[in-house]
Amino acid sequence: MADNILVVVEQREGKLNRVSWETIAAGQAIAAQAGWTLEAAVVGSGVAAIAGEVAAKKVAKVYDVESARLEPYTPDAFATALKQFLEKHPAKLVLMPHSYQVRDFVPKLATALKTTAISDVIGFKYEGGKLLFTRQMFQGKFVADVSFAGAGPCFVTFQNGSFRADKAEAGAAPAPVETVNIDVPDGIVRNKPQEVFKEAKQAVDLTQAEIIVSVGRGIKEQKNIELAQQLATALGGELAASRPICDNGWLPMDRQIGSSGQTVAPKLYLALGISGAIQHIVGMKGARSIIAINKDSEAPIFEIADYAVVGNLFDIVPPLIEEVKKAKA
Amino acid sequence: MKQVPQKDAPLKLNEAGTWIREDVSYEVNEPDAFALEEALRQKEKHSGEVVVVTAGPTRAQQVLREALAKGANRAIHLEGDGFVGLDAYNTARAIAAAIKDEQFDLIFTGLQSDDYGYAQTGVILAEILGWPHATIIMQIEKNEGGIRVKRELEAGFFQFVDMPLPAVLTIQSGINKLRYATLIGIKQAKTKPMRKVTMEEVQAALSPNLQKIEKMYVPQKSKNTEFLEGPPAEVAKKLVEKLKNEVRVL
Repeated sequence: MADNILVVVEQREGKLNRVSWETIAAGQAIAAQAGWTLEAAVVGSGVAAIAGEVAAKKVAKVYDVESARLEPYTPDAFATALKQFLEKHPAKLVLMPHSYQVRDFVPKLATALKTTAISDVIGFKYEGGKLLFTRQMFQGKFVADVSFAGAGPCFVTFQNGSFRADKAEAGAAPAPVETVNIDVPDGIVRNKPQEVFKEAKQAVDLTQAEIIVSVGRGIKEQKNIELAQQLATALGGELAASRPICDNGWLPMDRQIGSSGQTVAPKLYLALGISGAIQHIVGMKGARSIIAINKDSEAPIFEIADYAVVGNLFDIVPPLIEEVKKAKA
Repeated sequence: MKQVPQKDAPLKLNEAGTWIREDVSYEVNEPDAFALEEALRQKEKHSGEVVVVTAGPTRAQQVLREALAKGANRAIHLEGDGFVGLDAYNTARAIAAAIKDEQFDLIFTGLQSDDYGYAQTGVILAEILGWPHATIIMQIEKNEGGIRVKRELEAGFFQFVDMPLPAVLTIQSGINKLRYATLIGIKQAKTKPMRKVTMEEVQAALSPNLQKIEKMYVPQKSKNTEFLEGPPAEVAKKLVEKLKNEVRVL
């Protein structure tokens, strides 16, 4: 098999998902270390413009994989199209972002090709000619270096934020774009997706907040949310939460931070009783400063915190509110 | 359903540095608990039966007992230590082999596990069975041709998808409110059927893992975390000092 890497960029409804630049950056980094060739592909219907956009980056070639059946997205059509494509254009490694869309079709595609996908990867190592992919285990309490065995291709999906989009290098000249038309036969697509929609009007845009006070399971009861609100008010910030809090209906869904909620990068993220599950971390690790208060000294949130307090939030938050008020007075 | 270490259980690495030491407390993987609850609710609406399946050592039976106590009709236990180390492809193949004589309309899995976090087993199982699938599901309604499901997308977006049966769905946490087992349920669970499947029975369907954990370790901190210690009042003062001079938001 050719020593080449294929990055499949993500598009939704004809628009490139910016997280794809992170995957391109990952692909360029691996290609540079291993000395392999990097190519890219975009999969969809009428997505030549995206292929052109990707061709501006430092890649050897871009494939525009086309079929009318690829719009709207379905796992059946995407897995079928990419299987056909990869049978014609073998790759050693196939890289994609660990997005909800990729999670929906990659395990199916890898299985159809009798291979595997190493999912939610945060980095790689190239040691003695062997590639290892690092992924989190046990909700981030450990990490593991994972190797791939088998004939390939090996699929790898990267966690959001693991590589920097602005590190995706531009090419000296635009890469050639080849259009590959795929025939997705009748009867392949079984799901009928309807329009994409948003549940309710977003009442608050947390992405604009400079200070966020966020609560997790450690808040224990709905009535204790008030305490976190008081701290947020004292700091002049917004209140947010991890998923279980919003699932319980203690705060509205539009205040949820994480992969299924909003992604934020405030000046200050103050995490109260948040353990730091991966799905939450991906939504806030870009914060400039992170303060975490948690009673569990091994909580993964402390891995990314600038300032950490191991203790009971109900002991610490009330005097903190008073001190903040004093400082502001 | 899968048994995983309890959320705040302190975990230690084994000597080889390839897995955790198994002497910890376990609980049901959270998204799987929501998947079971959804199955029970669908049964209550449309009748039928709910069968729970797990793969794991003898201890994993607890997950099945709890599910039976909550209202599942019967259980299948792929029992053995060997099931712990399977990758998602092999786990799905083992389950497919164990249920080959069953006639399910729907298979639910949690969207991912709290230990490996592959988020793949359900989708792979669908491909092996040749069934359609949908992931990260927040709602399921029966309609004329099959079902209409609500998929969660990223950043607060959703999408309804119509699909035929049989199908595999991976269920998102929070799709419903979990029930507790009743005393009578716990009592009844003891007499409900539990079929055991050994590794030998499904071995023919498996092959060597295609991905291997070479080494597991505590993550290196990317940040220099400063721990603030002392009585609460003192910690509060230290925090405000940081907010003023370092974070500069006061």
